[in-house]
Amino acid sequence: MSLATAAEGAAPQQNWLDKIGAGHVILAVALLLYPLVASDFFLTQIAGYSMIFGVLSLSLMLLAGYGGMLSLAQITVAGIAAYAVAILGSNNSNVLGFGWPWWIVVPFAVAAAAVSSALIGWISVRTEGIYTLMITLAIATATFYFAQQNYAIFNGHSGYAGIHAPVFWGINWRDPKPFYYLCLGLAMLSYAAVLYGSRSTFGMTMQAIRDNPRRMRALGYHVTAHKVFAWFLAGILAGLAGVLLVWFNGRVSPGTIGVDVAIDILIIAVIGGLRHPIGPFVGAIVVILMQTFAIDIVGAERFNTLIGLVFLVIVFVSPDGILGLWGRIKPHLAQESLRAGP
Amino acid sequence: MSILDQPSSSSLSGGGVTRRQAWGLVGLLAAAIVAWLVFAVWPAWLNAILISKKAFVSAVLNGLTLAGLYFLVASGFTLIFGLMRNINLAHGSLYLLGAYIGYEVTSRTGYWLLGVAAGFAVLAIIGVVMQVFVFRRLEGDDLRQTLVTIGISIVAADLMLAVWAGGTYQIATPEWLDGALTLPVITAVRSNGASVFLTYPLYRVVVLAAAIVIGVGLWLMLNKTRVGMMIRAGVDDRAMLSASGVNVHAVFAIVFAVGAGLAGFAGVVGGSALSVAPGEDVRYLLASLVVVIVGGMGSITGAAIGALLIGLAEQIGLVYFPTYGVVLTFVIMVVTLAVRPQGIMGKAR
Repeated sequence: MSLATAAEGAAPQQNWLDKIGAGHVILAVALLLYPLVASDFFLTQIAGYSMIFGVLSLSLMLLAGYGGMLSLAQITVAGIAAYAVAILGSNNSNVLGFGWPWWIVVPFAVAAAAVSSALIGWISVRTEGIYTLMITLAIATATFYFAQQNYAIFNGHSGYAGIHAPVFWGINWRDPKPFYYLCLGLAMLSYAAVLYGSRSTFGMTMQAIRDNPRRMRALGYHVTAHKVFAWFLAGILAGLAGVLLVWFNGRVSPGTIGVDVAIDILIIAVIGGLRHPIGPFVGAIVVILMQTFAIDIVGAERFNTLIGLVFLVIVFVSPDGILGLWGRIKPHLAQESLRAGP
Repeated sequence: MSILDQPSSSSLSGGGVTRRQAWGLVGLLAAAIVAWLVFAVWPAWLNAILISKKAFVSAVLNGLTLAGLYFLVASGFTLIFGLMRNINLAHGSLYLLGAYIGYEVTSRTGYWLLGVAAGFAVLAIIGVVMQVFVFRRLEGDDLRQTLVTIGISIVAADLMLAVWAGGTYQIATPEWLDGALTLPVITAVRSNGASVFLTYPLYRVVVLAAAIVIGVGLWLMLNKTRVGMMIRAGVDDRAMLSASGVNVHAVFAIVFAVGAGLAGFAGVVGGSALSVAPGEDVRYLLASLVVVIVGGMGSITGAAIGALLIGLAEQIGLVYFPTYGVVLTFVIMVVTLAVRPQGIMGKAR
């Protein structure tokens, strides 16, 4: 916060366009107008779906990029919210389903996700670095097997079906256009929140802890509490994405929170880049487009080989993902434009 | 919880008994209880609590066998992790690939032992290839090495699905390993006074024995040979080992060969006891992860202890609270992390 106000104080004449950034405004306008040109398929299956997974990966980027904690349990957190929607709301699997209205269900689901995320964080921050990846993977896998085995709470292998998005203000929010705007709203809000949060005092502290936890501890910061709170915030993002995901699919099952999905989230974040909050969204669009159209090239069977190879190439070539590639190409382009000039 | 973090919990050493003696007494008592549970004829109230003696002893034996398998898989995982600081998330794929190779060789040649040897040898070679062509290129960047293993595991799982499809295979065990062993454990006494002894598949006992033999062998290799000395030195301080003139790359390659080979070996042995199917890779990856988290990174003894805990917890959980079995594994992991974040035998870094 202090830094933001300092920046404002330094440049009082700065207008709102400069502050937000022209790129962001153009992107926002383009995304708002996108439904005018896109078909329903491109609205929901590509754009909406990418944004849901973008927000999920954003929650990972928040932890990994600012906190140095690489988590594989983000889909587990989203899954908890999704299961909560199915259990507290209504479903047609004849198990549980309290039938609460959506405006009670959603806060409860997101709160459940955030609290479980904080718990996972509290467990995993006891160790550092690469161990976090290991522990969160173990948690994600164990939760998957638990959901598969347990019938009393998770309805076992089949999970829950028949979950509907709410209908209010005379709009069915699962229709393509409303759903697209719902996803877009969430994506823009979380993107702005993460971008703003990264410049706040808390965000700065997190990044300092990432760079040197020992020094921050010596300076008197409660390192564990900061990390756990970051997990809590990431849990809110993942929980919101989980709610949208279950509305989108209409069902939730152990397959939704499987290990392959957990790894997909990591792949999206790594392919996009973990340095800037736009990375996860870029990664999500690339991966979802590949998932949808690569089938025509390599066939549905061998899709995972393709995505695995792309992932390997990215990890080998550019550790910062597509954003890193762009960062490397951009100076060259600038040089070219200088030369092309008069 | 936080009180237990303190290194000095010397509350046991009061009253003229040293800490070591106290633990010895506890151990003896536990051993006596276990021996009584296994060999005595149970009174009715105990049968009422634990379903039946047969169910309990079978669960314990199954747990021990599974622990043996888990130990075989996790020991390679923990060695690789301890030395190279990268989590080989493709370890489960190595297990599954070993199982498939064992199946192919056994069913083509008819010799089970040849399948076991092939599983070990092929995977050991693959391990060396992975080390030389993948990990050496990304040296010093642990995170990228780990990410690369994720990529490898995805591609490997997909290619194995392409070759062997989604079916379930069972590796045929040779005749001399079939049949059942009658153990000197009385499960019940019939009304005519005859005792009913517990029978248990011979093959599973052999798996357990093999795991123990390999565990002892690994321990001997690590503690009594020159290569083992280098590996232990590398686990403690990789840079120092390199500085003292040892070819670290050769040590890495050996460790990767042994680790991957053991995963392949476990694949064939486990594929004969249970079954081979897609998805097993994730199962054994989870087992290795939890065993190593609980037991402590880089420690063979820790892997053995972790495997015992997890194997027993899984099988006993399966019998007594079927749909909450995984929670038990989970609780063991969380409690270990809360009390000893570095694992039972792990060293604090």
